[in-house]
Amino acid sequence: MAIRSNLRKYGMFYLMMLPGFLILLVNNYLPMAGIVIAFKSMTYQHSNILLNFVDSEWVGLENFKYLFKTSDAWIITRNTLLYNSLFIVLNLIIPVIFAIMLNELRSKFLARFHQSIIFLPYILSWIVVSYLVYGLLHDKNGFVNTTILPAFGVDPVQWYFKVEAWPYIMPLVNTVKNVGYYMVIYMAAIIGIDDEYYEAATIDGANKWQQIMKITIPLLIPVMIIMTLLQIGRIFYADFGLFYQVPKESGPLFPVTNVIDTYVYRTFIAMGDSGLSSAAGLYQSTVGFILVFLSNWFVRRIDKDSALF
Amino acid sequence: MEAPVERAPSKPVNSLSPVGDWTIKIIFFIYSALCIFPILLLVMVSLSNESDVIVHGYKFIPTKIDLSAYKFVFSDWESIARAYGVSAFVTVVGTALSLIVMALYAYPISRPDFPQRKFFTFFVFFTMLFNGGLVPWYLIYVRFLHLKDSIWSLILPLVMSAFFVLIIRTFFSTTIPAAIIESAKIDGAGEMRIFFRIVLPLSTPVLATVALFSTLNYWNDWFLSLVFITTEKNYSLQYVMYKTLTNIQYLTQHSDAIAHIGGATKFPSETVRMAMAVVGIGPIIFAYPFFQKYFVKGLTVGAVKG
Repeated sequence: MAIRSNLRKYGMFYLMMLPGFLILLVNNYLPMAGIVIAFKSMTYQHSNILLNFVDSEWVGLENFKYLFKTSDAWIITRNTLLYNSLFIVLNLIIPVIFAIMLNELRSKFLARFHQSIIFLPYILSWIVVSYLVYGLLHDKNGFVNTTILPAFGVDPVQWYFKVEAWPYIMPLVNTVKNVGYYMVIYMAAIIGIDDEYYEAATIDGANKWQQIMKITIPLLIPVMIIMTLLQIGRIFYADFGLFYQVPKESGPLFPVTNVIDTYVYRTFIAMGDSGLSSAAGLYQSTVGFILVFLSNWFVRRIDKDSALF
Repeated sequence: MEAPVERAPSKPVNSLSPVGDWTIKIIFFIYSALCIFPILLLVMVSLSNESDVIVHGYKFIPTKIDLSAYKFVFSDWESIARAYGVSAFVTVVGTALSLIVMALYAYPISRPDFPQRKFFTFFVFFTMLFNGGLVPWYLIYVRFLHLKDSIWSLILPLVMSAFFVLIIRTFFSTTIPAAIIESAKIDGAGEMRIFFRIVLPLSTPVLATVALFSTLNYWNDWFLSLVFITTEKNYSLQYVMYKTLTNIQYLTQHSDAIAHIGGATKFPSETVRMAMAVVGIGPIIFAYPFFQKYFVKGLTVGAVKG
C-alpha cells in the first residue's frame, strides 16, 4: 500500500531519474561488482562477459600475490604517491603566491590579461600539452637542444631517455597546466576578504608585506586546507594524461613515469593480462577509498560545509 | 590636480609602490611569455620549410614562410573533416544528453518532500568515492554493451558526472523558491511541466557552467578513443593528433596524399606534424577569449555544494 501511494505520488520523479540511474548502474555499479574478477583467472571464449565470468576459475589471491612479487608494485606506488605529494605542495604554494601578486597589480586590465594566459594551459588537452613539450624536448629538433643548450655551450640531451630529468619535468608540466585553476580559486577567496581589514591595517601603519602575512594569508588558510585535503583524498590516483602522454611512452623512463593508472592500462590493454591489471585496479580503488574517507574526516573537523560528505 | 591616472584605484593609499608594481608586472610578463612560447613555437614550425627544420631544428623565427605542410594536411582534407565531424558530434550530442540527463536526475533529489532523495543522492555520490577500475569497466562496455568501436562509447561514459549532478542539485534547492513550485502545483501543473517550464529557465547560470565544462571534457577527450576506437572513421580530432604525434607514418598511410606531393621521400614529416597540431588546437584557441570569463565564473560556482 505504501509503495503504491509513493509510486502514484512520485512516479514522475522515478521516471525522470531513470536515464541517469541506468547510466550509473551500467557505467559505475556493474564494474564495481566486476571487481571480483581480480580473484579469478579470466578466459574469454564467449562474447558475453557473464558467461566468461561463470566459466572462469577462482584463483583466490593469486593475482595479488603475483602483483606484489614484482618490483612494479612498489615502483608504481612510490611514483604515484611521491609525484602527487609534490604536486599538492606546488599546487598550494605557487597559486597562492600568484593569486596574491595578481591581486596587487595596479592595472586591472593587465591582471585580467595575465589571468587569461595563466589559465589557458588548464583547458588544453594532454595531447596538445604533449605536443608542446615535444616541440621543446625533441632530441634532434627540439628548441631546448637546438637553441637554449648551445647558448650555454651545453651538449644536447636525449630528453626522452634521460631518466634523471623527469622527476623535475613532470612537476613542472603539471604545475604550468594546473596553476591557473587553483589561482582562480584563491583569487576568488582574496576578493571575498573584507576591505575593512586592510583599511584598519593601513591606518595602523602596516605595510604591504605585513598585510599579506597577517591578513591575506591567515584568511586564506581555510581554503588552502580544503583544496589540499581534497587532493590528498585523490593521492592514490595519478593523472593518466600527464603520465601517459607527456613522456610519450618512452620505455627507459618507466622507472620514473610509471604510475598505478598507467600500469593498469598497460598490463590490460597492451599485455592483455586482465587478472594482474584488475588486481592493481582493486588495490588502487581500495586504498583510494580509505584515503578519501580519512581526508574527508579531517575536512569535516575543520569546516563542515566544505566536507564532501 | 595631479596628472591623470590610468585608473582610479579603490584604495589609493594602500596600493603597491611603483617598484613593487613593476616587479610583479615583470614576473608575470615573463611567466605569461613562457606559457605562450611553446604554442607560438608550434605555429612557427608548422609554417617553416621542412629542409630548414631538418638542418636547424625547431626555430622560433622561420627563415622563410612555407605553407607546404598545410598543403599536405589539407590534401587529405576528408580525414580531417571526418575527425572534426566526430569530435563535433560527440561534443554536441554528449553535452546536450549529459545536461538533460543530469538535470532530470538532480531535480527530484533537490526536492525536500521526496522521501527517497537520500538514497538517490547517495547512489550518485558514491560513484565519486569508489570505482571498479579499468578492467571490469572496459569489459562491461565491450562484452556486455558491445560498444567497441562505436561512437556511443565516446559519449556514454561521460554523461553522468556525480560532481556536476550535485552542483545542479544544490543550485535547484538553494535558488528556486519552494513557493513557486508549490503554487504551480496548486494551479495543476505536473512535475514534468514544472521542471521544464519553471525550474530549467530559472537555472540557466548553473546549466551554462556545466554545459561549458562538459563541452570541454568531450572535446578534449582522447582516453575513450584510445581504449575503444579501432577504425579510422571513428577517430576524433584529439585521437588523430595523438596518432600523428606517436607515429608520423600514420599520415603517410593515405597513399593519394603521398602521391600528390611526389612520393614518401618528399614527405615533410616534421612540419606536417606541427601543422596537424595547429589544425587541432585552432578551435580551442579561437574560442577561448570568448569563453574565458565563463570558465573562471564556473570554477567559483563549483565551490558551492551542500
